[in-house]
Amino acid sequence: MVVGVDLGSRTIKVAAVEGGRLAAFKIAESGYDPHRQSLEMIRDYRPGKIVATGYGRHLAKRHFADDVITEIKAHATGARYFFSDCRTILDVGGQDTKVIALDQIGRVQNFQMNDKCAAGTGRFLEIMAASLGYSLSEFGTAAMRGMNDVRISNMCTVFAESEVISLKNHGAAPADIAKAVHISVIERLIAMLARIGYGDSVVFTGGVAKNPAAVNLLKERLGVNILVPDPPDIVGALGAALYGEDGTTAALTDNKS
Amino acid sequence: MSAKQFEIKSYPDMWESLGMDVARFEKARCVLGDAFQTTFLSQENRPQRMDYFNWLISEMHGGRIREILDAKKEGRPVIGTFCVYIPEELVIAAGGICIGLCGGSQGPVPDAEKILPRNICPMVKSAYGFKAAKICPYFQAVDFVYGETTCDAKKKTWEILNREVPTYVMEIPQMKRERDRTLWLEEVKDFKAQIEKGTGKTITADAISDAIKIMNNKRKALQRLNRLQHHIPSPISGKDVLLIEQIAFYDDPVRFTEKVNLLCDELDERVSKGVSVAPASAPRVLVSGTPMAMPNWKAHNLVEKAGGIVVNDESCIGTRYFKDLMDENMTDIESQLKALTDRYMKIDCSCFTPNDERVDQVLKEYRDSGSQGILHYCLQFCHTYNIEAIKIKEACEKNGIPFLAIESDYSPEDIGQMQTRIEAFLEQIKG
Repeated sequence: MVVGVDLGSRTIKVAAVEGGRLAAFKIAESGYDPHRQSLEMIRDYRPGKIVATGYGRHLAKRHFADDVITEIKAHATGARYFFSDCRTILDVGGQDTKVIALDQIGRVQNFQMNDKCAAGTGRFLEIMAASLGYSLSEFGTAAMRGMNDVRISNMCTVFAESEVISLKNHGAAPADIAKAVHISVIERLIAMLARIGYGDSVVFTGGVAKNPAAVNLLKERLGVNILVPDPPDIVGALGAALYGEDGTTAALTDNKS
Repeated sequence: MSAKQFEIKSYPDMWESLGMDVARFEKARCVLGDAFQTTFLSQENRPQRMDYFNWLISEMHGGRIREILDAKKEGRPVIGTFCVYIPEELVIAAGGICIGLCGGSQGPVPDAEKILPRNICPMVKSAYGFKAAKICPYFQAVDFVYGETTCDAKKKTWEILNREVPTYVMEIPQMKRERDRTLWLEEVKDFKAQIEKGTGKTITADAISDAIKIMNNKRKALQRLNRLQHHIPSPISGKDVLLIEQIAFYDDPVRFTEKVNLLCDELDERVSKGVSVAPASAPRVLVSGTPMAMPNWKAHNLVEKAGGIVVNDESCIGTRYFKDLMDENMTDIESQLKALTDRYMKIDCSCFTPNDERVDQVLKEYRDSGSQGILHYCLQFCHTYNIEAIKIKEACEKNGIPFLAIESDYSPEDIGQMQTRIEAFLEQIKG
């Protein structure tokens, strides 16, 4: 058994793989001590090998992981498990958004990540939901009811939040604002996809792919098929585990010798 | 030199006499010394003759400043510049010292932001902040600064900088037509006149001839180093080459040339014995884009920490500075100045439009260096390089070259994100 651990900015995902199949998975908050949290999560498994990915991958390598790969490669590998011929992946996580283009046999051909601010990420949606008094799951449902007659023009989290507050104070309906927030994020994602290029389907992964408004709006505005793995947020961890089982390429950090 | 002993030497009395903020600089000196040790001295299997460059870093704010102050006492001019477009030959011909002042660290940025807008180039902010906070001995030692008009942030900052230190501005044309060359020749003549005004002596044709030879030799030495860096596997790290290229802007040109050539002799030997700093399988990266001023080692460091190796640097600190030599056979001042203008007009800076020769040059260097991917590094708010990256990217796509564009500044906060991108890029290269 190989375990993949994706130490993300908001959550830690663990996926166990046996004989190329997903055997089990877990998702939990990263907390203040991602190292301990990860160990806690993998305690029930008996992995022959642990591969880490995500922001905490090097921390994991120092303490318990045998190998590391980047989130890019992990998502490329994990997405192909669900959709074996996919060529474009959109991953919207807590801190980072990435668009990955694969070649025919699944190798990373090109990728793009968001600028260094939180705009266009899950964290952006989380902050906007909070300022409207919604839980994260209510936020997406509310946006589905929105009438689309207000707009958020600012992509900076701080400025967008004041824009939301000013819309509230002008009496705009919370559902409309929720929809406007979603549209602003989706437009940002579409611009990133356009830079890389995409075919007739896009695999949508990460926590934000659980949000029905985000999926619908993306489908509507991009005009292509949106494929969401179930669950969408373990794709990185799964990819890391599959990579560990395959073991065909040496990790970059092993390259120094 | 043992790694543990490294420190940047302290010269509090000299710094005091230069009107510096000594207490603050003392802290900066220690931080820089530690960063140098971690980034450079921790490398394995470095060439022995990097010792000279280590020594120069340790004396960068001391011994080298002493040399410059001694030269000033002899009446030799000391001129600060910010761009490879300023013809150093004329400073050398006047017996002077030309110092590249570009700021490459985050430290003085908050000082600059007390006055300058926050959303401009970090290099301009850093450079201005060094002067405003009085924490750069070079800035304190120069007679005057000769700026240029390669970007809007610089152009307008010179007006503000002029309040702190005499700052002259050379107009760099934005196109390369005949009328632009005529304008620029006039600007070069003005530069010469300004130096002569400072020293009270006329610059002779013989002196210019000698200076052209000195600069040609310096550039040839750097070209030789660049070619050696291309060898597979590389006998020297990209980080060390970057360091040498940065030192080129501070050191005495004749001594520097000699030391680079001595290092190259050692690298020749390494190549023949098969000694290298990374395995032949290490992904080979060409860095292109905005220059990395001392002590900006971020991108090179991340590439090499992740198991890759930088084998060519196309920026102004790299090949753009030394790829073009000069005709040494001119004997009268008019033809010398014209030849200088021609040589400097070959610089393919993104401030020119169009600038398609840079795209060709990047592709040429990619092939010559046996690179496997191009990392386009752009400082935040550098619009010309940022937009020109579109053409480099398109050329890469057309030629099947892996390409990654990174936009960054001097703050450490985006290192995690840069590291992810760079590691993923190296994974992409490895396939």
